[in-house]
Amino acid sequence: MQDHPAEFPPDYASQDPAALPRIRFPDGRSEPDQPGWRHAFPIDWARDQVVSRRDFTRLMVLTGLAFTVAQFGVGLASLRAGRARPEPKALARVEEIPVGETVRLHYPGPRDPILLTHLSTGAFVAYGQLCTHLQCPVVPRAELGRLECPCHNGWFDMAEGRPMAGPPRRPLTRIQLEIRDGVIHATGVEERTA
Amino acid sequence: MSPADDGHTPDQRGILLDGILFLVGLILMLQLWLLTATMEAFLGGDLEIAWPAALASLACQALNLGLWRILGALDPR
Repeated sequence: MQDHPAEFPPDYASQDPAALPRIRFPDGRSEPDQPGWRHAFPIDWARDQVVSRRDFTRLMVLTGLAFTVAQFGVGLASLRAGRARPEPKALARVEEIPVGETVRLHYPGPRDPILLTHLSTGAFVAYGQLCTHLQCPVVPRAELGRLECPCHNGWFDMAEGRPMAGPPRRPLTRIQLEIRDGVIHATGVEERTA
Repeated sequence: MSPADDGHTPDQRGILLDGILFLVGLILMLQLWLLTATMEAFLGGDLEIAWPAALASLACQALNLGLWRILGALDPR
C-alpha cells in the first residue's frame, strides 16, 4: 500500500513533469491538470479496461471449456447407461396386491425403490419412487389417485406417473411389467421426458 | 499483427473487441443451454442426443478459442 504524499492533494505545479509517471487519463489531460483525488487512485483507465476485457474473455472461454468437458461426461454416462439393461425380476403374485393397494419394492437393484400399484381399473403400474425434481421419495395417495412428493408438494398422476402440480416437470420412471402365470415381473426401466 | 499496424483506429478496434466479446458470451450461453438440454434429455432416458450435443459443444469451444486468439492479436498486452 502506498503512503499518501506529505502534501495532499499534491502540488503538481511545483514538480518536474518528466519525473511524473506516465498515465493515460480518461479525459485526455495530463497528470498535473488532473484533480487531486486521482493521485490517490492512479489507475491507467484505458489500459485497465483492455486488460479486464481480455481477462473476462479468457474466463468465458475457460467456462465454455468446462461446459464442453461436462458435455462429454454426459456422453460417456449415456454410453454406460445404454449398455446396462436390467435383468427381469419377479416382483409379486397378483393376488398379493388388492385393488387400490400400493407396495414398495426394489428394482433393478436393491437400492432402487419402486412403487407397485394395483389400479381400480385392474391394471398394475410401477414407478420409481424417486421424485424427478430432487429425488425425494414419493408416497401414494390412493384416495386421490395420485402420488405425492412431500418435500416440495409435487404431485403425480398414479395411472401414468405424469407430473400434475408442483416443481417436478418430468414423469416418474416407469417400470415395465409383465404378468406371467399370476406373477408380476419387472422387465425394464423406462426413463421419460414427457 | 500489432495494434499499430493492423490498420484500425482505436475506436474501430474497440468496436471489434466489443463484438468479439459479445460473440464469445453468446456462444458461452449456447453451450450452457446445450448442456442443460442434454442433461434434461439424458435424465429423461434419451441417450442418442448426448454425443451430437458434445460435438456441437466442442465446435462452439473451438470457435470461442479462435475468437479469443483474434482478440489477443488485436489487443496484445
